[in-house]
Amino acid sequence: MTSQTHAMLDEASDLLLTPGGLDLAALDDGLGHAMGPGVDYADLYFQRSWHEGWVLEDGEVKEASYNIDGGVGVRALAGEKTGFAYSNQITADALAETGRTASGIVRRGERLAVAPGVAMASQSRYAGVDPLTGLSAEDKIAMLKLADRVARAADPAVSQVSASLSGVHEVVLVRASDGTLAADVRPLVRFNVSVIAVRNGRRERGSAGGGGRYAMVRLRDDNVAERYAREAVRQALVNLEAVDAPAGQMPVVLGPGWPGILLHEAVGHGLEGDFNRKGSSAFAGRIGQQVASRGVTVVDDATLTDRRGSLSVDDEGTPGQSTTLIEDGILTGYMQDKLNARLMGMAPTGNARRESFAHLPMPRMTNTYMRAGSDDPADILKSVSRGLYAVSFGGGQVDITSGKFVFSASEAYLIEDGKITAPVKGATLIGNGPEAMGRVSMIGHDMELDTGIGVCGKEGQGVPVGVGQPTLKLDELTVGGTQS
Amino acid sequence: MTQAFDAAAQQTLLESRARMALELARRLGADACEVGASVDQGVGVSVREGEVETVELSRDQGIAVTVYVGQRKGSASSSDAGETSVRAVVEKALAIARHTGEDPASGLADARLMATELPDLDVHHPWPLSIDEATDLALRCEAAGRGMAGIRSSDGASLSSGEGVRVYANSHGFLGSQCGSRHSLSCMLIAEDENGMQRDYDYTSARAPRDMAAAEAVGESAARRTLRRLGARRPATGRMPVLFDPSLASGLVGHLMGAIAGGALYRQASFLCDRLNTPLFPEWFSLGERPMEVGAMASSPFDGDGVQTRDNVFIRDGRLASYMLSAYSARRLGLETTGNAGGARNLRVSAPLESREALLARMGRGVLVTELMGQGVNAVTGDYSRGAAGFWVEDGEIRYPVEEFTIAGNLESMFQGLVGVGSDIDTRGSIHTGSWLVDEMMVAGS
Repeated sequence: MTSQTHAMLDEASDLLLTPGGLDLAALDDGLGHAMGPGVDYADLYFQRSWHEGWVLEDGEVKEASYNIDGGVGVRALAGEKTGFAYSNQITADALAETGRTASGIVRRGERLAVAPGVAMASQSRYAGVDPLTGLSAEDKIAMLKLADRVARAADPAVSQVSASLSGVHEVVLVRASDGTLAADVRPLVRFNVSVIAVRNGRRERGSAGGGGRYAMVRLRDDNVAERYAREAVRQALVNLEAVDAPAGQMPVVLGPGWPGILLHEAVGHGLEGDFNRKGSSAFAGRIGQQVASRGVTVVDDATLTDRRGSLSVDDEGTPGQSTTLIEDGILTGYMQDKLNARLMGMAPTGNARRESFAHLPMPRMTNTYMRAGSDDPADILKSVSRGLYAVSFGGGQVDITSGKFVFSASEAYLIEDGKITAPVKGATLIGNGPEAMGRVSMIGHDMELDTGIGVCGKEGQGVPVGVGQPTLKLDELTVGGTQS
Repeated sequence: MTQAFDAAAQQTLLESRARMALELARRLGADACEVGASVDQGVGVSVREGEVETVELSRDQGIAVTVYVGQRKGSASSSDAGETSVRAVVEKALAIARHTGEDPASGLADARLMATELPDLDVHHPWPLSIDEATDLALRCEAAGRGMAGIRSSDGASLSSGEGVRVYANSHGFLGSQCGSRHSLSCMLIAEDENGMQRDYDYTSARAPRDMAAAEAVGESAARRTLRRLGARRPATGRMPVLFDPSLASGLVGHLMGAIAGGALYRQASFLCDRLNTPLFPEWFSLGERPMEVGAMASSPFDGDGVQTRDNVFIRDGRLASYMLSAYSARRLGLETTGNAGGARNLRVSAPLESREALLARMGRGVLVTELMGQGVNAVTGDYSRGAAGFWVEDGEIRYPVEEFTIAGNLESMFQGLVGVGSDIDTRGSIHTGSWLVDEMMVAGS
């Protein structure tokens, strides 16, 4: 055990256990309640989070909020069965009550012992800091006002500016019957700017933002207020000129970075362990088969330094790792939590995530991206005689069973004779995951990660994620515009 | 494994915590204060392929405090409504209010608007259900669906049952509280043919257990919905009429309400800015809310500002008759609140209703959309482009399932182009409407 791991456990124990009269040794008893007859695995997940948000509107920071959340979630597994209860009190009584409740999922069987806790040695992927400190309230307000001034000065068409700064200081501690003992301090910050531009009676929005797992002070040092204000205005002005989008099948070129949500929807969700164990994913049973064009390599990587989707340890205490999902077009792996890995005879991949102590963990993505290819982005555009070039997106969604996915462009252009021409209004793109991946025909050498804005929803639980990709050409995708 | 929930005791406790927060805020220097507090408890059971998969017991609590110092505002909240937390939350809200800027529109709603009629709206119907009984219902639901010929497997059936208490109080002396319940049962099934797998689901949801559909009926309906998707093709690209299933038509009502919400209007983030009293829909179409309807999904005598709710008409004879405003957004727009802090309650469409068959016959050739995907709705411009699945209609009859296409248009022209509303009203949510037939949209498929 490294001294860093020690320090993290001590800090988590002080913040999570001490106030309720508990310590690390007391967790063996707590876990004992959940390890009832017939239960083969149980875990305790302690969490506390402090969230702060500042919002600017009409040139003034009129609203700010602060939220304190915390408690313990207790889970008992027996084969494919899960019992779950939680409490916002972290006390011996609460552990006894929730433990007995969770273990009620089975009522017969052997009572197994709790393995002694062994601290997981894991490498930190971000500094375990409280991201809310380091900037004064005045500093935070000044950043928001700077974004407002920059956006309004950028163009007279800008009529409304809103900006927000938010941060979460989160501390978690996991203790499981298999001996797992792990703690993590996870900072997460974000800065966002949204503008409305009006010209000739037409009104359009533009927005930009980003962040990651670091202190708020870095947002100021990186000058994000100015950068995102300019970017939001640029996008709004582009949209003021946008013409109606085309409708029908055509080649689509996706820009680098955030358009990687295509991968997140088209393949990512379909490669989560739970859907594949249940056979409900279009990718079920296809490991070793070609599921994408040659050259397509997709990874889910929790180990990227300071990234929004990164995890030093996941919510079951498994160290975050990098998992190759598709290598040169061949399906090589799924993303797993302990439950699904065990039932499928595979190893957990550090992808167990939960929105909070009050939610059950599931296999989820961290940072999912496609590795760079060798094509020059300019050549990719040149190869298209008529198509769509999409550089920014709103959101997406997938039906993992049929494989159908959609995502909505928020900034896109027509490609005519190899050149980018008119901007077009946001259009939804729709396709079938496995089919679309087989239509990737060119991959740029310009891999980029997104700026840190993604929230992924699954079964009502939202978690922060990252995406990325190089410039990419799909030979054919359906574009949902209004012009035939 | 059940947990007791004494709603009356929880109500008394939350009310006392709300009063404590108001008193503390006053003593620590707040000029005005408002408090929202809630506690919810429930059980969720999910089964899959005839076996229990998950049993989940939930109990969530929360308290949120907003203080005003002059025209400055600060808010803080906690997932624990214990006395220590209440003190911490009030102190934090006051600390924030020292830094925020002055806002001439901030503050509580006018004292004269506080709700005085606080009838019991009959929305609290707890279900004393044991885990075994809940499991049995979910299993029966799933078995009914799995038993239908052609169903390959199940993605599970879930039963959830919950009740809770919410309290809102402010320094005008207003205190309102309401106990409520909600129960639901859903089932998702998978079917497969040579073209691949399809899944679909159905659900029932109600305030009172007696108003829920039978477990077997939900499972069978989920199976029918899944089976009818097999063999789906892609429709040809072109302009044609679109019939929206009732559950999706209520989404169109939702987009309308989002666009006439005060917050979107004062931010100029709506395609319906400055459209009050202008025609938006055909003359035969009206839309209003019934917040005091007894036993309904979203009934409440007071809104999120403590203001008395009322039967607002938002669309009258096709015209935009009222925006949807809270005290704050009304001040920003120079108008009066409509008692809609927290949104609209129990929206009801008023129009001549036609049978599904009559609507299909009027449509002739087009698509019946039963599922929408993605977030392709731009509230600022009204531009609409979403992924869809449904059925191809020819000569007024459903011919075959269609999938992997988009429908696109602009909400304003879709509202103008509404040509019929179905009698097949979906009453499961807080928006009740039948199908909507829209005269023309762009369908992009093959």
